[in-house]
Amino acid sequence: MALELRRKTHESIVFIDKDSAPRIMPNGEDFIINDLPVGTRVIYPNPPIKGLPNREAAIRYAVNHPIEMEPLYALLEPGMRVTIAMDDISLPLPPMATPDLRQTMLEVVLDMCGANGVDDVHLIIANSLHRKMTEWEMKRMVGTKIFNEYHPDRYYNHDAEADDELVTLGHTRHNEPLRVNKRAIESDLLIYLNINLVPMDGGHKSVAVGLCDYESLRAHHEPQTIRDSDSYMDPPRSALNHKVIRLGKLVDENCKVFHIETALNNKMFPEGYDILTRNEDEFSFADRLKWETMKRTFSKMPRAARRKMLHAIPAQYEMIGCFAGKTEPVHDKILELNYRQYEIPVKGQCDILISGIPDISPYNVYSALNPILVQVMALGYHFNMYRNKPLLRKGGVMIITHPCFDEFDHKFHPSYIEFFHRLLPESRDAFYLREKYEREFATNPAYIEMYRRGNAYHGAHAFFMWYWGENGRQHVGKVIVAGAENAHVPEMLGWERADNLTEAIAMARSYMGRSAEITMLHQPIIGLCNVSD
Amino acid sequence: MNKIGQPAAFYDLEGTLVSTNLVHTLAFYAKRQQGLWQTAKKSVGTLAKLPFFGLTDLYSRNVFNEVFFRSYEGLSQDRLRFFSEELFEEVLKPAIFPGTFDLINSGKKIGQRQVVLTGALDFTIERMMEHLGIDDYVANRLEFVNGYATGRVLPPVMASATKAQWIREYAERENINLSDSYAYSDSISDLPMLSIVGHPVAVCPDFRLKQTALQHDWAVLDLR
Repeated sequence: MALELRRKTHESIVFIDKDSAPRIMPNGEDFIINDLPVGTRVIYPNPPIKGLPNREAAIRYAVNHPIEMEPLYALLEPGMRVTIAMDDISLPLPPMATPDLRQTMLEVVLDMCGANGVDDVHLIIANSLHRKMTEWEMKRMVGTKIFNEYHPDRYYNHDAEADDELVTLGHTRHNEPLRVNKRAIESDLLIYLNINLVPMDGGHKSVAVGLCDYESLRAHHEPQTIRDSDSYMDPPRSALNHKVIRLGKLVDENCKVFHIETALNNKMFPEGYDILTRNEDEFSFADRLKWETMKRTFSKMPRAARRKMLHAIPAQYEMIGCFAGKTEPVHDKILELNYRQYEIPVKGQCDILISGIPDISPYNVYSALNPILVQVMALGYHFNMYRNKPLLRKGGVMIITHPCFDEFDHKFHPSYIEFFHRLLPESRDAFYLREKYEREFATNPAYIEMYRRGNAYHGAHAFFMWYWGENGRQHVGKVIVAGAENAHVPEMLGWERADNLTEAIAMARSYMGRSAEITMLHQPIIGLCNVSD
Repeated sequence: MNKIGQPAAFYDLEGTLVSTNLVHTLAFYAKRQQGLWQTAKKSVGTLAKLPFFGLTDLYSRNVFNEVFFRSYEGLSQDRLRFFSEELFEEVLKPAIFPGTFDLINSGKKIGQRQVVLTGALDFTIERMMEHLGIDDYVANRLEFVNGYATGRVLPPVMASATKAQWIREYAERENINLSDSYAYSDSISDLPMLSIVGHPVAVCPDFRLKQTALQHDWAVLDLR
């Protein structure tokens, strides 16, 4: 029996048997270790693909040999206006070790602009309705030299509320409006620097979403589009992606876009912390020592210190590919690389899905993972990391581990606080919330100014986070939070709580039956489960 | 609390929409006295009183107002009005925070009535209110006898709880929905005014207001 269970269907999939080691899983800013029931399927991230040895050379090659466009140097002429837009701090996760990949891309592109007599260059962070990056973050992203040369006049965040800095491009044939950054669109050439961490990113989303305003965004960041996306990590089956492609074509009609896209491997942690993504059965003595040290250190630290420490560990991602040229073919090439790195073939759905929630999300870089973000990680990102069919059977139970503390960052997430405490007690219905309150939050003058002048997410962003969990919410029968330190947060999110994982599994089994099939996503994982029957 | 009606935005002025405070205005007038001797005397006097003003403000905004406006005693109404235009151009206008106009415009876009409540003197801010596009404002009024200031402020003195009381009466009179209204201030002394609206916002707050705002999950804004 044990031998049969241990049989590997894929190198990233392990089945628990009687003498299996307990599994490590994230629990917010902490990690816990737990035995899992025999027969549980544990899905690990794929081993990282080896990074390209010289990424600068690879980027240079890509811009000199673009797809369906002329090489970059041939597009540059003296005196022309060029805008270089790039992804914000939500990518990659956690923020990568310096030099950031965007810095390398910029060095190549700016060098080429200079060599071709192009001086009118602006660098714009395509943060859309995300928070604006702080000066320190901006400097870290592009390096001191570029920062000093361009900031603040020619290196800045996109402002989705600055009416005089936006231009309306019109509507798609499905009547989706698009208003985007004026400087970017009215430039002779728009160059976009992308880091494609997950398949949902990149492509037309970069410009059409990253540089748009609230009215444009709400056309596709809405509950029905999310419900119709199966999943939004699988572009051909994502209604969100279809809308974004239509908007992207509108961009292409109005502006020449030269896209540079990159794909990373999944080497999330530096040596020492890499045990967090490895199979515990294969731990050496040194690995166990590392784990014990980490566990003891973390147990002695207050939560804020643990968070600070975790956020200070830069990811060790390596670039595995770079393509440049026309948006769609470039994106297709990058998606192939993404799938090569992330795709895990999984046979059969499960009845109970266990997923620890780490303190890593696109929206809490250098801040707390508040309850709305815990929700979006569980029912949004973790649930949606599939192709073909969801990993969890319809009506199944999702178990997450997180303390679910009632803590919000006032500077970054002010509207989330009101959303959580004022709106959720009234309703959890995404359509109702959108209809009744979204616009009120979006036009709240205080939130607008906090977004524009501070580092706050836009007032409507909390709603988008709620919608982001919509298909998960419709699919999952029950969510149980193991280890939630209070009752009211899970309750307000519509979830149940359990003291620990063992209790949560027992609760889930009482709901799904004793023979329920259990699968655990070994978080943190960037992996896309391709689920077949 | 009124349940129906139009929303409004109630702003404190000094430290909230502009960086100046009452002392800047007093100092401006002190420098524009009749004759060098009077100017020097008034300027030095104002300077000397600064620590005292600071202490009384810490103790109570009402006591501060009582003490502070005595410095205007003996100044002619004509002179005060005559220099108010210059006061606006030289002192107040440059002190408007960069985000002030955007904040007011955002409020106007959603149909809020824009109202300022300030402890400043009415004649000093008339131009400013016009410049900012404020719909209504209420300010302190000096008492004048025979064209000269007595140093007393006519009631109601705009500070602390009086602002809240004024807002309540205004809301009743003008059919303002306080649940949907916003109040903006930088000072803990305006806690009563912040507490009676549905959307209190601390703007560039002092330490005590910031702590209160964070504790109550109010928005904290910086217009600088």
